[in-house]
Amino acid sequence: MSGGAAGAGCLARNDWICGEYLRTRGQELVDATVQHLGITAVSVLIGLLIAFPLALVARRWRAAAGPVLGLTTVLYTVPSLAMFALLTPVFGVSAAVVVTGLVLYSLTILVRNILAGLQAVPAEVREAARGMGYGPARLLCEVELPLALPALVAGLRIATVSTVAMTTIGSVVGYGGLGNLIASGMEGFFKAEVLTASVLCVLLAVLADLLLMGVQRLLTPWTRTQARGRGRAGRGARAAKAVG
Amino acid sequence: MGAITGAWQWLTTAANWAGEKGVWHRLAEHLWLSGLCLVLSCLIALPVALWLGHLGKGGALAVNLSNVGRAVPTFAVLVLLTLSPLGTRGDWPAIVALVLFAVPPLLTNAYLGMREADRDVVEAARGMGMSGPQLLLRVEIPLAYPLIMTGLRSATVQVVATATLAALAGGGGLGRIITAGFGNYDTAQVVAGAVLVAVLALTVEGVLVLAERFLDPMRGRRRAVRTARA
Repeated sequence: MSGGAAGAGCLARNDWICGEYLRTRGQELVDATVQHLGITAVSVLIGLLIAFPLALVARRWRAAAGPVLGLTTVLYTVPSLAMFALLTPVFGVSAAVVVTGLVLYSLTILVRNILAGLQAVPAEVREAARGMGYGPARLLCEVELPLALPALVAGLRIATVSTVAMTTIGSVVGYGGLGNLIASGMEGFFKAEVLTASVLCVLLAVLADLLLMGVQRLLTPWTRTQARGRGRAGRGARAAKAVG
Repeated sequence: MGAITGAWQWLTTAANWAGEKGVWHRLAEHLWLSGLCLVLSCLIALPVALWLGHLGKGGALAVNLSNVGRAVPTFAVLVLLTLSPLGTRGDWPAIVALVLFAVPPLLTNAYLGMREADRDVVEAARGMGMSGPQLLLRVEIPLAYPLIMTGLRSATVQVVATATLAALAGGGGLGRIITAGFGNYDTAQVVAGAVLVAVLALTVEGVLVLAERFLDPMRGRRRAVRTARA
């Protein structure tokens, strides 16, 4: 972004890139970013909390797998504008509309990836743990979950990145974070506002993705020692395909 | 519950279906826009993906394109294009934005489908003396068909859903009914519009699932294999 003296008058000229805009409306940008991050984080966390038991249910009872996967996929095909619109009568115009919509979208990706990760745990490993006297809960937490973590995080990354992007549409009900700035910039034909908010949005998505990648590396130190890179990349690609 | 009865009333009022702002007109706009963008995206993405897949090159590009596409908010791109010089040219901002979003899933899936075609079968066909184009048309594309169709399906659903957003940036389509409802604080109309869009998205998905089964070049053979196994 050009700053300082070069920025003077760019607001009047309505330039795409404008340092003056950043200076004079900095607080507005910070507020929007905070709202954006808050909505995204809450949505993904709630999505994870709901998706995990759903994936466990789908794995435990084969009869439940079809309906669970089918329902979450159907939810995914409902366009976001329609989803938010359908939820307004339930919650009124509030942030809850946006969060609920985003949670429903994240479920498709999360449930599929968690399920794929759990199903990919080798049967020998499970048998060995059972032979060592592990109960079902301990087996899940100490053996299956760590092994499913790469697929789980792959899903979490996809869900987070698309949630960051989709939060902008929350601007229809006034809770879109940076999307609010994009919408108001569009109404006022204010180019700098639109471009700055859009770029910030993409930056948030990239940063969130990198952050999750880092968290995964910290949580799964063993993947770095065995089959460097290759195995992890393959697993990621497989999980991404499961989302299709 | 008031909203649902209200939406039902809105949907069953004939006046809401007729005219420039009526459902039929908006639906036609929506389908025209989605259809056009889908055809354009296929014309761009499929030849590139099939060619790259045939050569076995450009895998990183094909896969990463899809991930990058997810991170960019459609709404932002639509608004940016609307404010750019392109914005004065009617539907073009919406068309360009939709094509940009439909290309990645098409390209990635078609490429992966081509790469995952059973290498032994491809080698065998080559050994039988098939030329490059023959190999592509008679072996690789039929084997890649399921994934190509998966890509087409997600691209189509995405385009139909995203065409709704065109309304936020002043374009036409069914989304207009929702945004107009928001504008007038008319919850009944908002819900009615949302129901229409959701039903359209689900219908398109269903039609594509059927088309996928019906058009499968290996339809007879896949069934034969399944019964042979059973």
